[in-house]
Amino acid sequence: MSYRIIEKKEIAPIVHLMKVLAPDVARASKAGQFIILRIDETSERIPLTIADFDVREGTVSIIFQEMGKTTKQLAKMSEADELQDFVGPLGTPADVRKLGTVILVGGGVGIAPVYPQVKAYREAGNKVISVIGARNKDLLILEDEMKAASDELHIATDDGSKGHHGFVTDVVKQILDSGEDIARIVVIGPPILMKVAAGMTAPYGVETIVSLNPIMIDGTGMCGGCRVSVGGETKFACVDGPEFDAHKVDFNLLMSRLALYRDEESRCLEDHDHKHDPDHKCTCRGEN
Amino acid sequence: MVHRQAMPHQDAKERAHNFNEVALGYSSEQAIAEASRCLECKNPVCVDGCPVNIDIPAFISWMKAGDFDRAIDIIKLTNSLPAVCGRVCPQEVQCEELCVLAKKGEPVAIGRLERFCADHERERGVVPPSKVEHTGKKVAVIGAGPAGLTAAADLAKAGHEVTIFESLHETGGVLTYGIPEFRLPKSIVKEEVDYIRQLGVDLKVDYVIGKIKTLDELREDFDAVFLGTGAGLPKFMGIPGENLNGVYSANEFLTRVNLMKAYQFPNYGTPIKKGKKVIVVGGGNVAMDAARSALRLGAEEVSIVYRRSDDELPARREEIDNAKEEGIVFRLLTNPVRILEGENMTVNGVECIRMELGEPDESGRRSPVPKEGSEHVIDADVVIIAIGTSPNPMIFSGSSGLETNSRGTIIVDENGKTSLDNVYAAGDAVTGAATVISAMGAAKVAAASINRMLSN
Ligand SMILES: Cc1cc2nc3c(=O)[nH]c(=O)nc-3n(C[C@H](O)[C@H](O)[C@H](O)COP(=O)(O)OP(=O)(O)OC[C@H]3O[C@@H](n4cnc5c(N)ncnc54)[C@H](O)[C@@H]3O)c2cc1C
Ligand SMILES: Cc1cc2nc3c(=O)[nH]c(=O)nc-3n(C[C@H](O)[C@H](O)[C@H](O)COP(=O)(O)OP(=O)(O)OC[C@H]3O[C@@H](n4cnc5c(N)ncnc54)[C@H](O)[C@@H]3O)c2cc1C
Ligand code: SF4
Ligand code: SF4
Ligand code: FES
Repeated sequence: MSYRIIEKKEIAPIVHLMKVLAPDVARASKAGQFIILRIDETSERIPLTIADFDVREGTVSIIFQEMGKTTKQLAKMSEADELQDFVGPLGTPADVRKLGTVILVGGGVGIAPVYPQVKAYREAGNKVISVIGARNKDLLILEDEMKAASDELHIATDDGSKGHHGFVTDVVKQILDSGEDIARIVVIGPPILMKVAAGMTAPYGVETIVSLNPIMIDGTGMCGGCRVSVGGETKFACVDGPEFDAHKVDFNLLMSRLALYRDEESRCLEDHDHKHDPDHKCTCRGEN
Repeated sequence: MVHRQAMPHQDAKERAHNFNEVALGYSSEQAIAEASRCLECKNPVCVDGCPVNIDIPAFISWMKAGDFDRAIDIIKLTNSLPAVCGRVCPQEVQCEELCVLAKKGEPVAIGRLERFCADHERERGVVPPSKVEHTGKKVAVIGAGPAGLTAAADLAKAGHEVTIFESLHETGGVLTYGIPEFRLPKSIVKEEVDYIRQLGVDLKVDYVIGKIKTLDELREDFDAVFLGTGAGLPKFMGIPGENLNGVYSANEFLTRVNLMKAYQFPNYGTPIKKGKKVIVVGGGNVAMDAARSALRLGAEEVSIVYRRSDDELPARREEIDNAKEEGIVFRLLTNPVRILEGENMTVNGVECIRMELGEPDESGRRSPVPKEGSEHVIDADVVIIAIGTSPNPMIFSGSSGLETNSRGTIIVDENGKTSLDNVYAAGDAVTGAATVISAMGAAKVAAASINRMLSN
């Protein structure tokens, strides 16, 4: 199979939006689900959250950050190129219901997966307070879209170049302390952010949901590579999740499992740079 | 009396370090010599042992005459995957077990002869099948493993319009993601699948039924649906330490190696932990494949840890012998109780306990009982769990009324029909993890029932 890229743009440094023609996937997509793509015959299968979908156009949008070999290679592709595989929608959709007031938190590239949820929670009749953050203002993505979709939008940057000077969790804490009745908090971002947020909201007793991003292969429950520990039970994030009760997740296990292939990943990236960047000086040759 | 022809093998020392095929196949002379041993029995009992009922004496008779083209034509009348079956069928407990010469200990090497014919055909170039007249009926087949491919081939030959939906990016099911290259080269699986495509079957990969479309939706669009979704859900033991870094299910380990070609990392992007000391828990074909793959990736020592004795090892004898020859260590009557944690949540050894065989259980096998005080630690940095799989429940979301039993397998009647009208099933999804040929045999029965139903 092959899936055509219809639109591609860099929406922040090293963060890209890509619209892919996949009508059957678009038709079945719901907020909170993800796809797995493979660029070509030799590439890894990588999971990316469905950032938006358009049934009429038959497209699914993904937003990704350049991390290692696969995402860098993906970033080099352009409109009209084709991806070899694009499987989805995978995972259990977000449990979006009318609850009252909800806070949706997106950190860094995590703003992308939060965006469709903001729309879905609002459509379900909730008051949506969004809190987005990044290291600095240039790395903030989807600000206008988030503003349009939310009842309230708060911004935090680590360096204070925009909005609150500090972390998104500071802003959430302020809202909780203000006494406003919050029914649920959804946090998506780097594991460390989700861990800190879980610890922060626990004493308030507010239901907190996170979307976990362990390493995956098939995304259909067939390998168990994506297992996470939730409330002491082993779950397969690709089918039982990716969303779980933040207060029950073992984040240390998640983070250590994410680091499992660190050596191989850097070797793979070196190998990639070596083949594609003429100036690259690398150490990977001779040991393969 | 001519003896059974031995199968030429790649040297054990050499093959322990490469992924090339272990068994090399007969030469034409060997094939003819082996074929000449067949008595062409009037009542060929061997055929009863073949779930797809290949006319064994007939194809062997053409081989004796050196006419391998006619031989493969006969095989293909009932078996669309002969190069696969000739390699991985547990022949010793199927056709060959019943062969009259088995009584003297040397049955005709039916599987190897079948393999020879299929390989001969591939070298010569497979003749595309002739087109059949369409019936105008549409059948959806879910899963492109042996069961799905077999049902699709038979239904296409009967003139129905067949579409296969497969969730992975490759076809073949376990043949592609599970059984390693050194036992079943993937190029061979691809060619057998190509033949099925030439029969007019439309193959859609990247298509997860239960997610992108539900069974209920497919039932509206197709006249019949065949489920061949296999038993792909890995079981874990539930012992402490199973989520540590370096613990894999056999499915994950083998998928990384076979489907994603991690043995060619970094030319292929998917990494794998090779491990220095690898422990594989389990004693079936899956455990042997995982152990032998780990060895080939470069592990210093690979052990099989199995709780019963050598006699009970469920893997094929041929593969156990191959594994032993390659240097896999067998730690029998041993069971893991806990995986020990090293730094950064990695594996640092496995605590095991010795077992004794007690009274026979319901299955008639003597059940293992732990010997108290025999705990000991085996050094390891990678642990692979190969203790079985069960059907993946993905297919059940959006399949109103499809009945399953307590083990999660789909309930079917003797015709392969499920609790739903127009929905049939076969293979591991019905039986739990079994064999390629039993999946194919049951798929043929279901396909015949579908064909009868659609012809009425
Ligand atoms: C359900 C889910 C949704 C995700 N959604 C997004 C998203 O919307 N946008 C986005 O930018 N990223 C998302 N990710 C993370 C994304 O999959 C990884 O960044 C990507 O796989 C990195 O691949 P790489 O080859 O570029 O980097 P590598 O060098 O291979 O790895 C970089 C980091 O990514 C992680 N990673 C590597 N391989 C995988 C894999 N197969 N599966 C998951 N993580 C992996 C590793 O822990 C590593 O730390 C999501 C992950 C999951 C599980
Ligand atoms: C490592 C290993 C070694 C083995 N060795 C041998 C051997 O030597 N000899 C032997 O006879 N048997 C062997 N077996 C067993 C044999 O492979 C299986 O019994 C056989 O493959 C079952 O065939 P199947 O078609 O029922 O299922 P599978 O081969 O499992 O195929 C099922 C297919 O359905 C797809 N699927 C599942 N759910 C969905 C869905 N919802 N939507 C779309 N597609 C879906 C899967 O991706 C898969 O491709 C081995 C098994 C393993 C794991
Ligand atoms: S398909 Fe298997 S059981 Fe049947 S004849 Fe061939 S090897 Fe024997
Ligand atoms: S039973 Fe053995 S000897 Fe007789 S026909 Fe079959 S293979 Fe030949
Ligand atoms: S990714 Fe394989 S089971 Fe979740």
